Amino acid sequence: MSRSNKGSRSWLLALSLLMGGAQAESNPARIELASHCPPGFELTAANSCALHSLYDQYNSLYNQGVGGLKTALPARREGFSPQQIDLGRQLFFDPLLSGDQTLSCASCHHPKLGFADGQAKSTGIHGRTASRGAPSLWNMAFLTSFFWDARAKSLEEQMTGPLYSPNEMGNNPAQLLSSINANSTYQRLFATAYPGEPAQPISLAQIYTAIAAFETSLISLNSRYDHYAHGYAEALNANELEGMNVFRSFVARCAECHTPPLFTNQQIAVIGVPEAPGQPFDTGAESQSHNPSWRGGFKVPSLRNIALTAPYMHNGAFANLRDASEFYTKGRGHALPEEEKARVILHWHIWEPKLADLELERLVDFMQSLTDESFTPAIPSQVPSGLTPGGRLPAALQSSTAKADPTPARLVSQGE
Amino acid sequence: MGKKIISAVVAVGLLAAGAYLGSQLGSDNSATLVGGADRYAKQAGNNSAAVSSLAKSVGASGKGQVHAVRDGELIQAAVQKAQPGDVIQVFPGTYKETVYIDKDDILLSGVIVDGQWPTMEGEQKLNDAVLYSGNNITVENLHITHYKGNAIMGQAGNNFLIRNNRVIDTGVYGIFPQLGKNGLVSNNVLSGIEDAAIYIGMCDNVHVNNNEVFDSVAGIEIENSRHSIVENNKVYNNTGGILTFITPGLPIKTTFDVIIRNNFINNNNHPNFGAPGSIVAGVPAGTGIIVMAADEVTIENNIISGNKNVGIVITDHDSFANITKDPDSDPNSDKVSILNNLMFDNGTEPMDEIKALKIASLTSGNVDIINIGTSRDSCLLNPPQYPTLGTKSFGTCGFSTTANTVTYLLAEPVAPREFKLEEKGKMVYYGVCAGCHAYNMRMIGPPVEVIQALYMDNPQGIVDYITNPTKKRDDYPAMPKQDYLSPEIRRAAAEFMLNTDSKGIFHDPALNQQQ
Repeated sequence: MSRSNKGSRSWLLALSLLMGGAQAESNPARIELASHCPPGFELTAANSCALHSLYDQYNSLYNQGVGGLKTALPARREGFSPQQIDLGRQLFFDPLLSGDQTLSCASCHHPKLGFADGQAKSTGIHGRTASRGAPSLWNMAFLTSFFWDARAKSLEEQMTGPLYSPNEMGNNPAQLLSSINANSTYQRLFATAYPGEPAQPISLAQIYTAIAAFETSLISLNSRYDHYAHGYAEALNANELEGMNVFRSFVARCAECHTPPLFTNQQIAVIGVPEAPGQPFDTGAESQSHNPSWRGGFKVPSLRNIALTAPYMHNGAFANLRDASEFYTKGRGHALPEEEKARVILHWHIWEPKLADLELERLVDFMQSLTDESFTPAIPSQVPSGLTPGGRLPAALQSSTAKADPTPARLVSQGE
Repeated sequence: MGKKIISAVVAVGLLAAGAYLGSQLGSDNSATLVGGADRYAKQAGNNSAAVSSLAKSVGASGKGQVHAVRDGELIQAAVQKAQPGDVIQVFPGTYKETVYIDKDDILLSGVIVDGQWPTMEGEQKLNDAVLYSGNNITVENLHITHYKGNAIMGQAGNNFLIRNNRVIDTGVYGIFPQLGKNGLVSNNVLSGIEDAAIYIGMCDNVHVNNNEVFDSVAGIEIENSRHSIVENNKVYNNTGGILTFITPGLPIKTTFDVIIRNNFINNNNHPNFGAPGSIVAGVPAGTGIIVMAADEVTIENNIISGNKNVGIVITDHDSFANITKDPDSDPNSDKVSILNNLMFDNGTEPMDEIKALKIASLTSGNVDIINIGTSRDSCLLNPPQYPTLGTKSFGTCGFSTTANTVTYLLAEPVAPREFKLEEKGKMVYYGVCAGCHAYNMRMIGPPVEVIQALYMDNPQGIVDYITNPTKKRDDYPAMPKQDYLSPEIRRAAAEFMLNTDSKGIFHDPALNQQQ
């Protein structure tokens, strides 16, 4: 498009205003998939979305995406089309994906709660409790393993966990396929998102791809910390700077595992977090990997947007960042059950840094500077099933009346 | 030091007697020639640097302004004022602070006057003395003591130069460059460190020479790093002298191509005072050199004496105490080459596990070199000269010296990625502006099309506005200041915004050749 096409651009503008943008989707309109990329992404000539970040200016050793302030990010998944990403958004918020059509992905990964749910352990179908807490979905595009125990190697593999777990969304592949295929809106949207593929039937792979496309569009790399990292010295205040220096010091050693720029090195670490009273010890990555030295080990989570996703750890053991930080200074293995002390091999960076109270406070200050939600996508005002977008809300977002009635009012699934 | 002493016998499980005996049952491999004569032959590019010119591709340029810091002033205040290229001269005095350098090309240099040094004093309260994340940083001529963490720690800076520092009784590591490429650690004196005095972590192309390290748990450690040379160092009275490891669970998974040569490695018999749980807490006192899981390590022309446990131990992740298994790291030390070294008086009081191995193999004399575990394609240059255990699988080295490989430092500094201003403008447009402005629809801010119509040929108008925005439209929230971006980047982003269409394609033919 050249400058002489100004007229057609204005026409496009008028049309888009008529149809309503992402912020202004209004009720009776027919659901259309976006032809533009989410914020942060450039639409390429091949109709795929390419992320651009200021971190692209830098290098990293062996392209591992770990280092200091001016270090490149790890390799990322991108290249989905705008239509696939937007279809993923519809699916993500559609309760049609759960066994009883009450829960969407957003019921545990809600954009207003840092794409987590504010609970120690998530609440699934029929009020059942999941085995671990819901991790945030920010910056999934850069991760190479998923779940707290790192057992899935792709988002597509990961999502089959919650979709089909009887304690989470409680669906099964046959029901998912039949309900999506029976919906005429989804038929039309999938045909749009996968133009080169047979229109019918919609496949599981297409569903997974679309959701992964949406998840990889959730990018948070523009916090005040990032402004500092890119060279603006005033972006952090004195307390936050002090906190950053504690964070990366070799006393606290936070940055040894929560390594910039993603604030995770994506490794398994055994740190010895306490379980709630009466709860059994969570063996973590040991069972999936058959590696006894990973007993009680979990994937190091990214700390980006960490201030939004209390409580912390795989089991929500700590209500706030202060308590989570204090855990690391209370002594190596202090919270392990007696019978685990002899067999668990704690990470070598777990030691006794003897952090002062003020240092813990500064660490919290610094972690709060890692918040950036500027690319938060809109919750669709309607989803193809006609069910309430998002389905049941996480408890922290439910109003008192909604809390009294755990089953939200359902619209009749209508399609088109 | 008064720190907790861990019994090496308890902390270390170099047991694996079964594996050891298994290797002994195999036939003697010493007739096999391992490694061609060309392994360290002269190669273009890496053999031209004379040792005296090692520093030419590392360190700061020192071309800028000089900032003098005197007793009573803060070094950090000078760092904050400094621009890349500047020199910070620290005069004698006592400086109680953590200095952090998040800029490139800064020369932090102590000035020694009449034998008086500038001292950085941590008072056992401060964490680290010097932290840097920039490229081309030099830290030199500082006396650093009583910090809890590290004396000098680098996080991802390339082309570093750390020299002529005295690091005494300082915390966990003395000098610890991490995740950097191309660096020289030279002429430092370090003692009383509860982990490694000099610790090269996840780095490439590093040269460690002419340092004196003593009274520490580990003298010099090369960990998850490649293409490195440790030479001409004096390493004594540590628990372990020189360590070459793969530590499991780190994001960079290999150690290979390490030369350890021309060092004095003597009487490293200090009781282990490593922190409980640290990897080095498993180092048995009295060990000269440990190779664990590292490949292509060549040990040449060192004087290794008086190390009571053993002169050189080669081992793997399966045999080292309390170590996590990492499926992404090869646990064995392969292609280890022991050329000529002067070794005597080692192994006079070995740890119990080695004693047991000696009994099992009917060995009565002192042992200089022990291999525990599987080590493929390893060799000794002159097998009969050392009393050894577990090296039957070792062949005879087909090469005799590393001398032709002068250094692995790069001929030129690692260069930053070069980007045109236009490309940075695009990064800012997508990385920052796009959070509120979509091309042809309303988001938090007005559409880019509307901005284009308003500012058509006036990018400076956008720059002025975003530097200090005022609320303009009733139906939109006020825009936050974008003054954290440098003026030239603001301008580049404005120009990109005015010249982009909905596909993000920039209407500059020079930039658009690929599209």
